[in-house]
Amino acid sequence: MSIPESVGIPDHYKSFKFSARRSFFWDKLAPVLIISPVIVTTLTFVYVFILLTVLISLSDWSAVNLAGRFSTPLLKNYSQLFANPRFQMDLRNTVIFTVMFLAGSVGLGLVLALLVDRQIRGKGLFRTIFLFPYAISFIVTGVAWRWIFNPETGINQLFNVLGINSALGAAGLDPFKPGWLTDPTVWPPLNEALSKIFPAAARLQFDIGVPVALIAVAIAASWQLAGFAMATFLAGLATIPTHIREAAQIDNASGWTHFSKITWPMLAPFTLINLVILGHVSLKIFDLVYAMSGPGPGFATDVPGIFVFEITFRALKYGVGAAGSLVMLLMVAVVVVPYLIRNMREDA
Amino acid sequence: MPTQITRRALMKTGLALAGATAIGSAGWTPARAAGKLEIFSWWTSGGEAAALDALTSSYAQKFPGTEVVNATVAGGSGTNALPVLQARLAGGNPPDSWQGNTGTAFFNSYVDPGFVEDITDLYQSEGWVDKIPPAVLDLVRKDGHYYAVHVGAHRCNEVWFNKKLLAKNGIEIGDTLSFDQFFAAAEKLKKAGANALAVGDNGIWANQRMFENTFNGVLGYDQAQKLWRGELAFNAPEMKEAMKIHLRMLDFQNPDHSALSWDQAVGKVINGTSAFNMMGDWAYGEFVKAGAKDGVDFGWVSHPGTDDIFIIVTDCFPIAKEAPNAVEARNWLKTIGSAEAQLAFSLKKGAVAPRLDIDKSKLPPYLQWSYHKFATNKFTGSSVNGEQVPSSFMQASTDALTSFVVTKNVDRFADALKAAQDATKS
Repeated sequence: MSIPESVGIPDHYKSFKFSARRSFFWDKLAPVLIISPVIVTTLTFVYVFILLTVLISLSDWSAVNLAGRFSTPLLKNYSQLFANPRFQMDLRNTVIFTVMFLAGSVGLGLVLALLVDRQIRGKGLFRTIFLFPYAISFIVTGVAWRWIFNPETGINQLFNVLGINSALGAAGLDPFKPGWLTDPTVWPPLNEALSKIFPAAARLQFDIGVPVALIAVAIAASWQLAGFAMATFLAGLATIPTHIREAAQIDNASGWTHFSKITWPMLAPFTLINLVILGHVSLKIFDLVYAMSGPGPGFATDVPGIFVFEITFRALKYGVGAAGSLVMLLMVAVVVVPYLIRNMREDA
Repeated sequence: MPTQITRRALMKTGLALAGATAIGSAGWTPARAAGKLEIFSWWTSGGEAAALDALTSSYAQKFPGTEVVNATVAGGSGTNALPVLQARLAGGNPPDSWQGNTGTAFFNSYVDPGFVEDITDLYQSEGWVDKIPPAVLDLVRKDGHYYAVHVGAHRCNEVWFNKKLLAKNGIEIGDTLSFDQFFAAAEKLKKAGANALAVGDNGIWANQRMFENTFNGVLGYDQAQKLWRGELAFNAPEMKEAMKIHLRMLDFQNPDHSALSWDQAVGKVINGTSAFNMMGDWAYGEFVKAGAKDGVDFGWVSHPGTDDIFIIVTDCFPIAKEAPNAVEARNWLKTIGSAEAQLAFSLKKGAVAPRLDIDKSKLPPYLQWSYHKFATNKFTGSSVNGEQVPSSFMQASTDALTSFVVTKNVDRFADALKAAQDATKS
């Protein structure tokens, strides 16, 4: 159909056909082209490599045994992995570290957020100061914390300077001198008690309980990531409508009531985000622990990340290392996937 | 070397990375002018770089027309260097010659995959075969063929001590030290309130170094060889005896041992806060660096029971198969194998020169002593540094020791080592 000139079409309509072709490119093709490198690299370097890791975990292949085929029995590497007392200790450490670290970082982050969220002078400065550790490399802070927790030259000196130990000495008590990272104790000694109930527990190759050295690592990790939790909580606090706060003020609600009835419930989604994000950081943690204490005395601070690294590249047992990586992936998936699914549903 | 556990581990890591990096380096072929020689190493720290420089300047004197490309890759223990080297070897773009450690690891990583040239003819033409102890040659020799030239040998089994601290407590160390003498001295120091034994096992290999020295001392040379040949079990009564002695020694260690590295432990002996340290002779470099005087401030003696044993770790240089500059590379090996170059290297690195005919009068007291040991001792490789055992055994034994020093359960430790030993046979 042709439009007579006499109708007097505005100029920009004349170019309609051209702009349609242009917008097909910009609307449909360009986004695909722009996004495809990301898709291709993600598929290759994430999913193909996960698949390869699965295959390696089921095989005898390694860099020094390129002819390795599927192992017999197929799950040989997995049974070796779980039979290894060191890996059993790593799983114990991961659980205990995650609990201590989440309580520490999320708790501290919440306190900091509540402190900074008031109308005080210099709150921007404090916000920056608290967030700053998050910006530093784990390796750097790991080394610094290793020095701090050195029992001879570190923080224990502070207890001496403060006179705590002379006071304890005067009271006839032992000086307060924790071994921190060097303390191999696992507390409380549960194994004996357990073996009375389950005789099988006597055969356990590791001590159930809280490895004391891990507490120092949890303190360091909490310090570093509390700023992240604080930032999330601050975003959450900003979403609490002013009229609710004002209503509470009019009702003369005490500080604690205000917190427990309004702030805490309304922060729930942000607490969840913190738990998920920091939880998966905790399950994958490697660099901070590696720089701070390595496997630690009697594997008190060993984590699956360090185990996987050493079993793969030192012992050259690639299969067992791959199996360990997949166990880590599964642990993270248990935390992250439900959250992602929930988010996807909300988006849809 | 203390760093060799990682070196070796990362050598293997390199293989894994080789594939990926090789893709990147395959298209990269640097122009190679005639009269050029490329040497690859990770000797970048002060003393190490100076030692390498001693070798390259000897070469420059003899072959002034050749440009020496010193392809060092910084990063302690070869952490960065070994992946690069493996990638270049796998990608068919090798340096002409590179620094390597000898023994099982050397053969696994370089000789068996066919990366290095057979240089048996050089050994014959240069007359090296008669100049170097046969057991040392075995570390680079297979079926009568030679694959690399040694430049230095470290002795792993020494006890270092602070002479002034011992003198203050009325303790004198003779030419040898027995376990009983050590424990007597340690008890005396403990009563005087001094820390007897400095340990820095933040990296557990330092503790393993002590344990290996102790069981070599308890077993003696012949029994220890049986252990490595698989004729003596790791849970044999003699080994359990050694484990008990090891535990007893650890009773005298500094409480912050697991927070310190090996060199910080040596530092405790240097500054007189501890009396003894049990470590290979790379510790000597720490004393020298701190300005302590041989035989005045500090002394040394063989680890108890090992006065006739030289637990050896060596550095060597091979030539790449089809090296880009084959003639220059052969000249390089001729140079570093010469008595003058080896002496110059030894003075800087603190390791013994492998040739028995160097000018000993120029050596400082410690090197003279260790040189004498080198000439008269029986050699044995080290399991800590992987010259004696496969890497899977190394890791399993390291893990077992990490638990052992905490649980102090001798039987469980012995059984774990036995299991690791059995696993290498199957």
